[in-house]
Amino acid sequence: MSTTQHSIDPTLVTWDEVIPGGAYWSRLIKRGTTLRIVAPEGSRGVACLCYNADNPIERYNAADTAKIQFNAFLQKGMLLYSDMGRVLFSITEDTCGLHDTLGGCSTVTTNEKYIDRVEKGDGDYKNSRDNFLLALTKRNLGKQDIMPNLNLFTRITVAPEGGLTWAEQTAQPGDFIDLRAEMNALVVLSNCPHPLDPRSTYDSKPIRAIVWNSPTPATDDLCRTRTPEAVRGFQNTDAYGLQVAD
Amino acid sequence: MELDPQQAVYDRVLAARKPWAKVIHKGQILRIVDLGGNQAVDFLVYNADDTSERYSAPDTIRAQGNIFITTGTQLYSNDGNVLMTVLKDTCGRHDTSGGACSCESNSVRFGLDKKWQHACVENFLYALKDYGMGKRDMTSNINFFMNVPVSADGTLEIVDGISDPGSIVDLRAEMNALVVISNCPQMNNPCNGYNPTPIQLLVWDE
Repeated sequence: MSTTQHSIDPTLVTWDEVIPGGAYWSRLIKRGTTLRIVAPEGSRGVACLCYNADNPIERYNAADTAKIQFNAFLQKGMLLYSDMGRVLFSITEDTCGLHDTLGGCSTVTTNEKYIDRVEKGDGDYKNSRDNFLLALTKRNLGKQDIMPNLNLFTRITVAPEGGLTWAEQTAQPGDFIDLRAEMNALVVLSNCPHPLDPRSTYDSKPIRAIVWNSPTPATDDLCRTRTPEAVRGFQNTDAYGLQVAD
Repeated sequence: MELDPQQAVYDRVLAARKPWAKVIHKGQILRIVDLGGNQAVDFLVYNADDTSERYSAPDTIRAQGNIFITTGTQLYSNDGNVLMTVLKDTCGRHDTSGGACSCESNSVRFGLDKKWQHACVENFLYALKDYGMGKRDMTSNINFFMNVPVSADGTLEIVDGISDPGSIVDLRAEMNALVVISNCPQMNNPCNGYNPTPIQLLVWDE
């Protein structure tokens, strides 16, 4: 899994933190830096929301992200679009290709499947909906700011008639995704199992969040040039960057 | 039981490209008629008594294990409650994955010059302002009469419609529900057959 290409020069790292299973985390990822989310022990799901940190009414839009790129699953080279026709993040590296824009997040209701919940109490099993509420409230955002989220490290399938099911294909130990911020972005992560994960035991492994000063994109950067839509998305994003640059 | 249009308490035609909003009271039935066929109807719905509770596409598709809206679908809110139930659908299936078109996303999808065109988000904002609501209140939506298949590999595209002229969908409000509609003006893909047309909206008391 690990190659030199995947290792980060330690002098470039500005933040490195382990997020326990069930926990939430949020952080400002500045334009030009990259957030690496690693699953050191594998993962059965991480829910992610993101916003323009300078103006959080601009938000990650799952539907726009899927339809602009003609795919509801994300992988290396693809982009996370805001609802303003701009790019929040580029997926500059991705070792598993298991990310969906459709499944939504776990809730008190989806957590009812955990069999020892009654004995241990609901409080032992965090869900992403409540995690999002807590993380956002601390930033003076709230329920109305929760958009359909991105799911990392898991695979769902869609049948021709629309059937939506879990596919037992999840991130393996060491898998990671690199998200390069294309504007100053607020990220909220909830490290809870995907809501469609059928397991009746709560098994959320720790993940690691590393922020690093990634290189300036080259002129032939994959994410910036892969499709005509990407080129236009970056025209919009770069124009905005000029406007807010300090 | 057939609903008799003569008995409807509300009956009007919404012109092509126009917004619309109305509170549908608990127990009332809203019918949307695709008069000309293949006309996408972008649709938001809220708890009218507390609009921070609103339609959630992910919760709705997960609850029924299917990405399409059709007869029997319960429209779930972000708080896990049922806002409306689809009682009848003569089209077959409706989309809730494709979102609403906006000037900004049009500029990315179809060309930077397309940002000057009319779009559903413009209609939604115009309609929401009368209820003291705004951009923050647009989370996820349904696109009635719009055809967006998703393949096993995730491929997703708005393709030719399957809605014949006169197709209907009947929705019963399970709580007082604020419904906001944009009669989609999109001209750059087949969601409206490249010809936006009027729709008819009827409401019956329970």
